[in-house]
Amino acid sequence: MTWVTGWPLYGLTLAAQTKSKKTLAKPNMRNIVVVDGVRIPFLQSGTSYKDLMPHDLARAALSGLLHRTNVPKDVVDYIIFGTVIQEVKTSNVAREAALGAGFSDKTPAHTVTMACISANQAMTTGIGLIASGQSDVIVAGGVELMSDVPIRHSRKMRKMMLELNKAKTLGQRLSLFSKFRLNFLAPELPAVAEFSTSETMGHSADRLAAAFAVSRQDQDEYALRSHSLAKKAQDEGLLSDVVPFKVPGKDTVTKDNGIRPSSLEQMAKLKPAFIKPYGTVTAANSSFLTDGASAMLIMAEEKALAMGYKPKAYLRDFVYVSQDPKDQLLLGPTYATPKVLEKAGLTMNDIDAFEFHEAFSGQILANFKAMDSDWFAQNYMGRKTKVGSPPLEKFNNWGGSLSLGHPFGATGCRLVMAAANRLRKEGGQYGLVAACAAGGQGHAMIVEAYPK
Amino acid sequence: MVASRAIGSLSRATASRMLRCPGYICRSFSGTSALRTRTHINYGVKGDVAVVRINSPNSKVNTLNKELQSEFMEVMNEIWASDQIRSAVLISSKPGCFIAGADINMIASCKTPEEVTKLSQEGQRMFEKLEKSTKPVVAAISGACLGGGLEVGVPAAFDMMLTGRNIRADRAKKMGLVDQLVEPLGPGLKPPEERTIEYLEEVAVTFAKGLSDKKISIKRDKGLVETFSFTELTSYAMSIPFVRQQIYKKVEEKVRKQTKGLYPAPLKIIDVVKTGIEQGSDAGYLSESQKFGELTMTKESKALIGLYHGQVLCKKNKFGAPQKEAKHLAILGAGLMGAGIAQVSVDKGLKTILKDATLAGLGRGQQQVFKGLNDKVKKKALTSFERDSIFSNLTGQLDYQGFEKADMVIEAVFEDLSLKHRVLTEVEAVIPDHCIFASNTSALPINEIAAVSKRPEKVIGMHYFSPVDKMQLLEIITTEKTSKDTTASAVAVGLKQGKVIIVVKDGPGFYTTRCLAPMMSEVLRILQEGVEPKKLDALTTSFGFPVGAATLVDEVGVDVAKHVSEDLGKAFGERFGGGSVELLKQMVSRGFLGRKSGKGFYIYQEGVKSKNVNSDMDGILASLKVPPKSDVSSDEDIQYRLVTRFVNEAVMCLQEGILATPTEGDIGAVFGLGFPPCLGGPFRFVDLCGAQNIVDRLRKYEAAYGTQFSPCQLLIDHASSPNKKFFQ
Repeated sequence: MTWVTGWPLYGLTLAAQTKSKKTLAKPNMRNIVVVDGVRIPFLQSGTSYKDLMPHDLARAALSGLLHRTNVPKDVVDYIIFGTVIQEVKTSNVAREAALGAGFSDKTPAHTVTMACISANQAMTTGIGLIASGQSDVIVAGGVELMSDVPIRHSRKMRKMMLELNKAKTLGQRLSLFSKFRLNFLAPELPAVAEFSTSETMGHSADRLAAAFAVSRQDQDEYALRSHSLAKKAQDEGLLSDVVPFKVPGKDTVTKDNGIRPSSLEQMAKLKPAFIKPYGTVTAANSSFLTDGASAMLIMAEEKALAMGYKPKAYLRDFVYVSQDPKDQLLLGPTYATPKVLEKAGLTMNDIDAFEFHEAFSGQILANFKAMDSDWFAQNYMGRKTKVGSPPLEKFNNWGGSLSLGHPFGATGCRLVMAAANRLRKEGGQYGLVAACAAGGQGHAMIVEAYPK
Repeated sequence: MVASRAIGSLSRATASRMLRCPGYICRSFSGTSALRTRTHINYGVKGDVAVVRINSPNSKVNTLNKELQSEFMEVMNEIWASDQIRSAVLISSKPGCFIAGADINMIASCKTPEEVTKLSQEGQRMFEKLEKSTKPVVAAISGACLGGGLEVGVPAAFDMMLTGRNIRADRAKKMGLVDQLVEPLGPGLKPPEERTIEYLEEVAVTFAKGLSDKKISIKRDKGLVETFSFTELTSYAMSIPFVRQQIYKKVEEKVRKQTKGLYPAPLKIIDVVKTGIEQGSDAGYLSESQKFGELTMTKESKALIGLYHGQVLCKKNKFGAPQKEAKHLAILGAGLMGAGIAQVSVDKGLKTILKDATLAGLGRGQQQVFKGLNDKVKKKALTSFERDSIFSNLTGQLDYQGFEKADMVIEAVFEDLSLKHRVLTEVEAVIPDHCIFASNTSALPINEIAAVSKRPEKVIGMHYFSPVDKMQLLEIITTEKTSKDTTASAVAVGLKQGKVIIVVKDGPGFYTTRCLAPMMSEVLRILQEGVEPKKLDALTTSFGFPVGAATLVDEVGVDVAKHVSEDLGKAFGERFGGGSVELLKQMVSRGFLGRKSGKGFYIYQEGVKSKNVNSDMDGILASLKVPPKSDVSSDEDIQYRLVTRFVNEAVMCLQEGILATPTEGDIGAVFGLGFPPCLGGPFRFVDLCGAQNIVDRLRKYEAAYGTQFSPCQLLIDHASSPNKKFFQ
C-alpha cells in the first residue's frame, strides 16, 4: 500500500509521550466499566444465518456473554439492545432474546433504534442508568438480520384486508372485493433510502466522495487496507470478541465470512453501484449487508470489583451529533470527534486507538479530509480550527465494517470492544470510537484502558 | 450503511475505470488569436479534451449575443483545427446558468426584419456546425439553459419550442434532452456551487474522452421531432404525408384556440417546422430565420419585450434594504386571501402565524395552505417531507400569542373600515415597536385605516391578488406618512414571496382597482343593454383578456364588486357611472355571489366543466334593461368602450401621481388585472396604437354617453403632440 506512507508516522513516537490527562475519572461520578463483550461471527446476509430470526442471533450473543463472563443472571439489572430493521413479531427483540438466553425473567429489557449507532445508544442508555444510580449491572448489545426483512403488503391492500376483517355481511365483503385492483399486490420493501430526502445512502456517499474529491482509486485502496488488516487480525487470533455459534441444523460458525482481500485490479473492474456510470462507490468499497449480534457487560466499577472482575476498559465521555441529512449524511465522525475530545479534555495526540465505523471507503476518506480542513471547520462546524485527521497507523488496525461486516444494530459494541482489546494488546490508554448513522447523525465515545 | 455486494458483483463483467487526467494545460492554439483576450469565452485543454468555459462579464447570466457567438465560433474553429484535441466540453463558469437564451437587447436594437434574419442565420450556422462537429462535444449544463442555450447543448424540442416551458433536469433526462445527470454536491473543501461545477467538468471530460475513444456511445440517433413526443409507431405514421397533414391541422387548431390568433409566434413556428419536414432542413432553417426576423418587428414582440423589461424592473427593491429583515409574519384572517398570503410566505421560509376569529375559519385556511403545498407534491415539485417541513413554518391560532415577535402583520380581514380599525388597535397593543402593519385591501384608502394608528409611519397597504399563489402582482400602497423603511420592508417581503411589485400612492381604489372600476361599470351597462354574458366574455377574451368580463365579476365575487363600485362611485362620482349598481345589489340579495356561492352570471358545480348561464339572471337583467345605442354597439365598439375607459383611467392615475412610472402601470394592469399581454399594458397600448386614435374613440363614446368617456388631460397632451410617448 503505497499511499499509506503519505500519512506522517507520528504514532511511533507518540506512545511514549505524556497524555493531557492521566485519567478521565471525574470527582463525584461513578466510574463505569466494560467487563467484557462478545459477538457472534458477522456473516454476509443470505449465508448461514439466513433461516434464523433476529432474536436467535441476539440470544446467541447473550449466551456467549453469559458463558464468557459467568455473570450470575440475577445480578443483571437491565438489558438493552439496538436494532434497525425490526422484525414485527419481536419488536422488543431485547426481551425475547433475554428470555431465551437464560436470563432471569425478572430482568426488564428494552430495544432502542438509532440507525447504525443503535448499539452505541444501547450502551450509553446503560451508562446513563448506572451513572444516575438506577442500576449497577447492565447488558447492552445489538442485532441485525438482513437475510430476512419485513416486506409488507401495499397500504391499499392492508387497508382492504383490515376493512375485510370488520365486514360483517357477504354483501359488504363482496363490495370490498370489487374494489380490489391487481396493483394492490405490489409489495412494499423496507426503505433503503433516507425518508427525508429519498436518497439512498450509497448515492449520498458517492456525492460526498465527489464533494471532497476522493478518487475511486483512493477508495479502493482504503477498502483493500481494511480487508487486509482484518485478514491479518483474524489469522493472528486478535478478534477475541468473536464467540462461536452453533446454528441449528448447520455447522458451528466460528469466524466472520466477509473478509475478502482482493487486488486493486480486480476492484477496479467493478462498475459504480449507485451513481451510474461515472460514480466512484462500488460494491467493493462499501460495507456489505450483514447478519450478526453483539453484547457487552457494563457495570459500575465498584460493583465489578466487588464481584471479583478485572474490567477491560472504562467507558468515558460520549457525544451524539446531528447535521444536514442530505449533503452531510455521513459526516457524523467529523462533527463528533472534536466535540468528544473537548469534553474529555483530550487532543488527537492523546488517542492511541481509533475505531471508526466504515460505512463506505469514500465516507471514511471524506471524513478524514473534512477533519483536516480549517475551511470546513470554520464554515460548517463553527470551530476556529480543524481537529486534524487520525494517523492511519492507529486507525482501524484490525479491520472495520468494510471487511468485518456491518450488522446495523450490532456494530457499536464491536467498535468499543475493538478499541478496548486493541488498547490491551497494543498498549495505550485512550481509544476513540466514532460512527455515522442514517438521518445525518453521529456518535463518538472515549474508551479508557483499565489499568492492568 | 449498505451497498449490496451481490448486485455489484453481478455487473463485474464490463470494465470501467476512472480516467485520471494529467495536468491541466491552458494554451492558445492558433497563432493569430494567441494574443487576443476573449471576454466571454476562454478555454483550456485537459489531456486531449478542450474545456470551453462560457462566462459573460458583468452579468449574472450568459446570453447569446454577437460577441459571444463570434468568440465561440473562433474557439470552436481552433478546436476543430487542432490535432491535439480530440473532443470538447462546453461549460459555464456561472453557477446556475448555462446560457439563458438570446440577448433580448440585441434583438430589440435591430431596426429591420432583415437585420434580425441575418443574426438568426449566424446563430443557425453556429448550431449547424456544432451539430455536424467531427469531434465529440459534451455540453455540461448547470442551471438555466433556455432557447438558444438549449440548442447549444442539445437539439431543440418540439413542444418546448411552442410553449417555452421550463423543464426540470430529471424530466429532461427522461425526454432524452440530456444524456447524463450530475447531482449537485454538498459542502466539501470549498463552497458547494464551486465544487459542483468542477465536478461537472470532471465528469464531462471523462465522457468526452470516452466518446472520442469510442468507449461510450450515445443512443440518440433520432431526429428532431421523433425523439420527443412520438413513439416508434407514430414516427412511422409521421412518414405518411396524409397523417402529417392531419397532425399539423390538429396542432394548429389547438394553438389557435389557445392564443385566439393574438400571438403570431406559435403559428409561425408550426409553419417553420412544416417547411423543415416537407422541404428539407435548409428550407426550414431559411424559413425559420426569416419568420423570426418578421416576428421581432411586430407590435406583439415590442409589447412583450417591454413587459419583460418592466417585470425585471419590478423585481428589484428600489427602496434599498430595510433596517431589519422581516422574518416573522403574522396574518390576520384565514380566508382565501389570508391563507394564500400565508402559503407564499411559509414556502419561502418565513415563520408565519395565521390568526382567525373562529376555529372553523382557521381550519379552512390551514387546509388551503396544506392543499396548495400538497398539489406541488403531486406534481413532484416538492417531496412530502419538504411539504411537512414547510408546513411547520405555519402556526394557526385564534389569539395574539407570539405577536410580540412579529416583524410584520398583514391583515386580510373582511373589507369593513370599522373592523379594520378594531384589529389595528388590537394588534398595536401586542406587537413590538418595529413591527409593520400592512393592510390587504383592494379599495379602502390606507390613510383612513391608519387614522386610528399610534404610529402611522408603520402602516402600509399590501394589495395581493386572488389566487395569491398564482397571481404574480403585489400592489404596495404608501400614504404620505408611511416611512421609506416601512416601504422597503414591505417590498422586501413581497419579493421574497416571489411577487412582481408596483408601489403606488394612496387614494380610493389605488391604481389597479381604480382602473378596473370604470371598466366594470361599463360591463354592467353592456349587460343591461342586452348583450349576453357569453357573448360579452367572447368579445373580451378575443381582445386578449385572459378571462371574460362577466366571468371576472363571478370570480372576484359579486358582493366584492358591489362594495367596490359603491365605494369608488362615492369617491369619483359621475365619471365612474354607467351601468347600474342596482344590478349587483339584486344579485347579492338573491345570493348570486359568483363562483364562491355556486351561482353568479353562470352556474358553478363541482366536477362540471362546461359553464352554463344562470337563467335566474334573466329576470334581473330584464328589469334593468336599457336601450342600446346602435352607433356605439358594434362588437368592436363594445370592446373599445371597455378598454378605453380602462386606459383613460390608467393614464389619469399617472397624471395624478398615483403611479410613479408608466412601466408600473403596465405591469400592474397585465399581471394584476389580466390586461392583454399582447398589447403590453395600457401605456404601451397608447404608444403603439397612437394616443390620437384612443382620444378619437373616447370622444365618439363621450358623444353618446357623456363625461364618463372624457379623455384625461395627459392623454390629450399625448394626442396633440405625436412625439410624446410613454416609452421612448
